[in-house]
This record gives sequence, structure tokens and C-alpha cells, in this order.
Amino acid sequence: MTDHNKEVDSHSGTETTGHEWDGIKELNTPLPRWWLGIFYACIVWSIGYWVVMPAWPMINGYTHGMLNHSQRVNVANDIAALKSARHASESKLASASMDHIQSNPDLLQFALAEGKAAFGDNCAPCHGSGAQGSKGYPNLNDDVWLWGGKLADIQHTITVGVRSTSAETRQSQMPAFGKDGILKPAQIRDLTEYVVALSHRPANAAAVKRARQLFSDNCAACHGEDGKGNREFGAPNLTDADWLYGGSPQEISTQIYLGRGGVMPTWQGRLSPETIKSLAIYVHSLGGGE
Amino acid sequence: MQPSAAANPMRLDLVLVPALLGLALVIGLIEAARSPDPLMVIQAWTFVACLAGVGIWFLKRYGGGVPADETGAYQNDVVKAGVIASMFWGIAGMLVGVIIASQLAFPDIFYFPALPELNFGRLRPLHTSAVIFAFGGNVLIATSFYVVQRTSKARLAGGSWPWFVFWGYQMFIVLAGTGYLLGITEGREYAEPEWYVDIWLTIVWVAYLLVFLATIWKRKEPHIYVANWFYLAFIVTIAMLHLVNNMSMPVSLLETKSYSAFSGVQDALTQWWYGHNAVGFFLTAGFLAIMYYFVPKRAERPVYSYRLSIVHFWTLIFIYIWAGPHHLHYTALPEWAQTLGMTFSVMLWMPSWGGMINGLMTLSGAWDKLRTDPVLRMLVVSVAFYGMSTFEGPVMSVKAVNALSHYTDWTIGHVHSGALGWVGFVSFGALYCLVPWLWRRDRLYSNALVEWHFWVATIGILFYITAMWVSGIMQGLMWRAYNDYGFLEYSFVETVQAMHPYYIIRTLGGLLYLSGALIMAYNLWRTAARGDVRKSEVSGTATAVAQGA
Repeated sequence: MTDHNKEVDSHSGTETTGHEWDGIKELNTPLPRWWLGIFYACIVWSIGYWVVMPAWPMINGYTHGMLNHSQRVNVANDIAALKSARHASESKLASASMDHIQSNPDLLQFALAEGKAAFGDNCAPCHGSGAQGSKGYPNLNDDVWLWGGKLADIQHTITVGVRSTSAETRQSQMPAFGKDGILKPAQIRDLTEYVVALSHRPANAAAVKRARQLFSDNCAACHGEDGKGNREFGAPNLTDADWLYGGSPQEISTQIYLGRGGVMPTWQGRLSPETIKSLAIYVHSLGGGE
Repeated sequence: MQPSAAANPMRLDLVLVPALLGLALVIGLIEAARSPDPLMVIQAWTFVACLAGVGIWFLKRYGGGVPADETGAYQNDVVKAGVIASMFWGIAGMLVGVIIASQLAFPDIFYFPALPELNFGRLRPLHTSAVIFAFGGNVLIATSFYVVQRTSKARLAGGSWPWFVFWGYQMFIVLAGTGYLLGITEGREYAEPEWYVDIWLTIVWVAYLLVFLATIWKRKEPHIYVANWFYLAFIVTIAMLHLVNNMSMPVSLLETKSYSAFSGVQDALTQWWYGHNAVGFFLTAGFLAIMYYFVPKRAERPVYSYRLSIVHFWTLIFIYIWAGPHHLHYTALPEWAQTLGMTFSVMLWMPSWGGMINGLMTLSGAWDKLRTDPVLRMLVVSVAFYGMSTFEGPVMSVKAVNALSHYTDWTIGHVHSGALGWVGFVSFGALYCLVPWLWRRDRLYSNALVEWHFWVATIGILFYITAMWVSGIMQGLMWRAYNDYGFLEYSFVETVQAMHPYYIIRTLGGLLYLSGALIMAYNLWRTAARGDVRKSEVSGTATAVAQGA
């Protein structure tokens, strides 16, 4: 320190250090007491923490601390506690029949809670968090069920999936009538009008007349002569106002052309049978269950 | 390094720098010609094109003899270039930030399935690297070159080497940024560039360290000013962090891909040792250096406490380096390492606040200037944000708090209170000081525009961080909520839906902050280029000009 340059700052009354860089001087203010106090307190707290908790690595292992605390043990205990809290209801759920669950309010509430949680993590990405669905993904709140809306139907659909990798999957495939050249564009245009007419909307009468035989030959096997669908093949009812891929003439025509069909994975093996049961009950409860 | 160009007309740097650039050009051409990796070919041609541009620039600058800028008291042109680059990259980085904030709020609107380059996953590292390394890095290099000369009373060492540092660093930014868009990444946060970009940055960084050290070496002041300790700590530690975290094995010297030398939890810990100390030594130590020069300079007051500066410097340096494991609480990282990360973070609180006390208390005796000088107000508010985020950090490092905050938007809010409030504002303040000093203007073009910048940006920051606090804490609480039957109350997608309004507010905050930066760029451009008030050239140094103002 070069003492001879020291001066006293007129505002604070504090001496400077005597250094100067490019016009910048420094006051020789002592360390603020509160600052030092809190700094020491943090150090003391840390040392105390090291004494009681796992802290320092050693050549073999580490210091475990007086509390012998272990995150891993704690999380295992927490999971075990949660499982045991659920255990009674969960095992009842496993053995109870669907009817029994429906008639037992406590068990039903438990199943709905489990089903809602499982739905949010597994089903919501496609069906929406409110199960409202979207284009190509069925709405689960209404009473339209491609593969059946009874508890057992829903449970089975969740278990095996649709067009999934399961050997027992629910399976059907609408042909891509246009893309694969089964029907000519003019025929698809006529069929589109026919389907529009089926759902009780005004359509080109001549086209409908021409398409009658086409429908009978190509569509009725699955959708039925009356167009009311068939759950055995997951074939939708074409006479109502609900459309998986949209109900405008353009969208209907596109669907005849492409014959799209979505895939729902099999949940067997990924979710426990109890969880699948709960999911079925939850979905059934959303409004459209049969 | 050359001691003096005037005394010795044969400048070694004018041989070595072109030789290095030429060698790089040859390697770049070999990569471009021989690489089987199409991405490497693009990167190599980009590298070659940049080198060609720098080569032409070099010939123009040195073709007609040594420029006057390199024989005067201080070398200023490279600092000016740094100021311009800082503004350019700052606005680019903030713009990308606003784009990705919008993508988070409205995924359908900014969704280009046919253009993977514009995918969120590639734009996000472009944003972080652009604001931290391109904007922040240029501000640090430019201010360090300015400050070390003034506080050492010595011209920058190395002649054209500072220019190599400047251009080499811009090339690093271009290679890294275009690489992200092409999908080239090491997948290490804030250290995404691949091995060949890492090597290039290492060369540039060593040159930077040597220029800085050599300038301090030939100083005409008996002591090294505190700002220079911080700059040096920043440069040295970043070099160490960069080298260790990027240790990797390239698949081939002709391909972009490489694999880390570490694996599993060791890899994660190395990464966050790097990641946290990048915050500590790039965004804290480096910008504290800026604070230590520009706050006393602007306030025209002595630094509050020399002793505090020493004690908080060394405690900060020694304690910060341990804090990284707090990024890995409740993971596969052994509990003892988490403990050390947490306790050292808590002990770091006061060493961090030492800088805040010195910054704020230096204003003592000059508080009235805050009313009239918006630039000084910006600098002081930056220190206040610094104090807030360096308190929030230790709090969030405590395991019980971290259990709630980790992986939520709270972390994003914390980062941005530091990045927008501290790093951004202290940089803006320094740039507002530097432009009139460097371009020899009497004052800024418009103080009113600085006021506008200050308020628009401050409101933007408040929107941003309050939205992220609410969103983050809500998100954390929703994730951990169980119902009476022991099942999770909310699904993940429900938390995402709940955050939507806050994402919109965040985007708005970012937009305001970007608008402030645009106002600033206009103001600085008017100040520098239009030359409304030109000072006479008689006064010796830029600082003398500033003091006369």
C-alpha cells in the first residue's frame, strides 16, 4: 500500500486506500458486520449439516452423518407406504366383479381416482385430457362406441388395443378405395353423396341412386345395408351426426379414398389389470357408458 | 508478444496471425474436400468462407502499414467492433428467445414440420448460446479490452492478436449457431458445440488469455485493479471448464459427431460442474468486472470497500466451484455430493452479495444521480437484480425447496432474473457508457430513449419473472399433488394447460425486453454514426472525454 496517497473521502469520512486507476479510487471501509455475521452463520450451518448428513467422500465410501440419512431409503419407504395405503382397495379391485365395483361407492371412488390418474398419463395424449378426442381420435364422452360401450367392451378394448401388436387385438381395416384403385373417382363422388344422404342431409338424388349398388357391394358388409355400422368390425354408424374423420362431403370423400384407421396400443403388460379395470370404469363414467 | 510496434517495425504478430489463419484455412479446405459427413462439409465451407472474409479484412487493415489505432495510447477499434457485435448478437439472440417463447405458448403457430432447422429443439440452444456467449461474450471481451487498458495505463498487448480474438470468437459463434440449426450437438447444455468448434474456441481463448495477461504484465500502475482480477478469473476458469467438460472422442477427424469421455452420473456431474460455473465465472465474475469499472466511473465515486472486494472475490472463487451438484438433487448423484453442492451454494450467498454491496454502496453520495442519469440507474438496477437472483439461487439449492422448484419454470424465471436483470442491464449500462467514450461524442443521442429503454425493459423483466414464478410454483405443486386415494391429482398435460396463460405473459415480457434493445440499438447508432455532437479530438484518452462531459 502506498500510504502517501491516502486521502479522506469528504462524503463518507472514510480514508481511501491511496490507489487510483483511471480516476477510480477505493475507500478503505471495513467489512460490514452484518455481512460477515451472515457469512459465518452460513458456514456454521453448513458444517452442522455435514455433521448430521451424508457429506464428504472418503477413500472408501463417504461420511454418513449422525442421522444416517438416505434419500434412497426414504424414497423406497415413501413408495412402499403409498402402495400399502392403496393395497386394501387395490386387492379388492382385483377380485371384485365390475358390477360389484359399480355398486360399492367406496371402491367405485377409488377406481375412478385411479382411472383418472392413469387416463391423464396414458390416454390423454390422443383422446385429450377431457377425453374429448379430436379428428381421428374418438371422443369418449359421447354415446358413440365403435367397439362397444359396455364396461366389459371398454375393458377389452383397453386390454388388447385396436390394430395393435397384441395377438388378440381388435382388428378391422377399411380398404383405401381410391388410393388402391378399387373405385374410380366418379364412383367415390357418388358414394360420398350416398353417405351424405344416409346421414339425413340433402344430397344429389341422381348420384345417390347410382351409388346404391356400389354401397351394397363395397360398404354394406361392414357398415350394414342400412349404414348403421357394426361393432363387431368397429365399423361406424354412418347415419348419425358423429364423424371420426369429419362429416363434410370433402372429408367423407377423403376417408373413402384413404380408408384410414387409427391404432390404439395394447395396454396389457404396460398397465396392471386393476389399473385397466379402473380405466374402464373411469371412461364408462364419462357420460356415454352403456 | 510485441512490446511496442513503434519501437520495432518488424511485427511478429503480423506474421503469426496470418500464419495461424492460413493453417486454419488449409485444415478447413481439407475437411471440406474430404469429409464424408455432409454436415461437416457445410460447416467446413462456412469456416473457410469466414476465414476468407477475415483474411481480406486483415489485408485491408494492415496492407497500408500499421494503423494509427495501434500506435496511440489505447487501442480502440477492436473495442468498437466488440460493441457493434454485442448489439447485433444481443438482438439476434433475444429475437430467437421471443420466437421460442411464442412456440411454447402457441405450438401450432410456429410449427414447421418440413423445416427441422426451425424446430424448438434446435432454436432453444441457439437462443441460450446467442444471448450468453454471443451477446455476453462479446460484451465481456469488448469491455475487458477497454478496461484493462485504462486501468493498466497500457495499450493492448499483441498488436493484431486482439483482432484475432475478436474475429475468431465471431467465427466460433457462427460455427456453433449454424451447427445447432443443422442438428449438430453434443447434447450438453450451454456446451452444445461439437469437438472441432471446441478446439477452435480453445485456440481463440488461449489467445485472449495471453493478450489480457500480457497487457496486465506491461501495466504502468503499481496494483492490478479489482475489475481485472474478475476478468482474469473469468478467462482462466472458463478455459478450464471448457477443456474438461468437452473432453470427447470424435468418431472420425472428418466427421462432426463425438462421444464424451465420461459416462453416466460422472458425465452428468461434469456437465453441471461446467454448467453452474459457466454461470459463476462467465455470467457472474465476468460481469462483476464490468460493474467494478463502470459503476464507480459513472457515479464518479470511489469503490465502497477495498477489503470487501478482496474478501468477496476470493470467497466467491473458492466457493462457487463446488456448487454445481445442486443441479442434480434427487438424482442418481450420491447424496453426499448433493449435500456439498447445497451447502456450498448457501455459503456462496454472502460472497455473491459482497459484489452487490460494493456496487450499491459505491452510489453513496451520488444517489441523486439516479434521477437524472438513466444509464447509471440501469447499472444500479442490474446490481439489485444481481442481489435478488444470488439470494434466490441459494434458496433454490436447498433440497427441500429444490424438490418443488426443480424441472419447473421457476428455474427459467430464476435464470432470466439474472440474465435479463443483471447480465443484460449491466451490459446495456456499460455499452451506453462506452459508445460516447469510444466514438468521442459529448453525450448519447437521446437520454429520453434510454429512459424508454429502461422502463420498457424493466416492465418486460417483471412480466417475465413473475409469470415464471407463478407458473413454476403452480407446476411444482400440481406435480406433487396426491388425492385422498393415493393417486396423482393432475396429469402432466393438465399442468401444461394450466401454464398456458403464463407462457403468453412470458412472451409479452420477452417482446418488451427485445423492444428495449431495439430502442437502444437505434440510440447507439445515432450516437455513433450520425455524430450529432462530436468532441474535438484534442483530449488524450477517451476517459478524459468522459470526465469532461
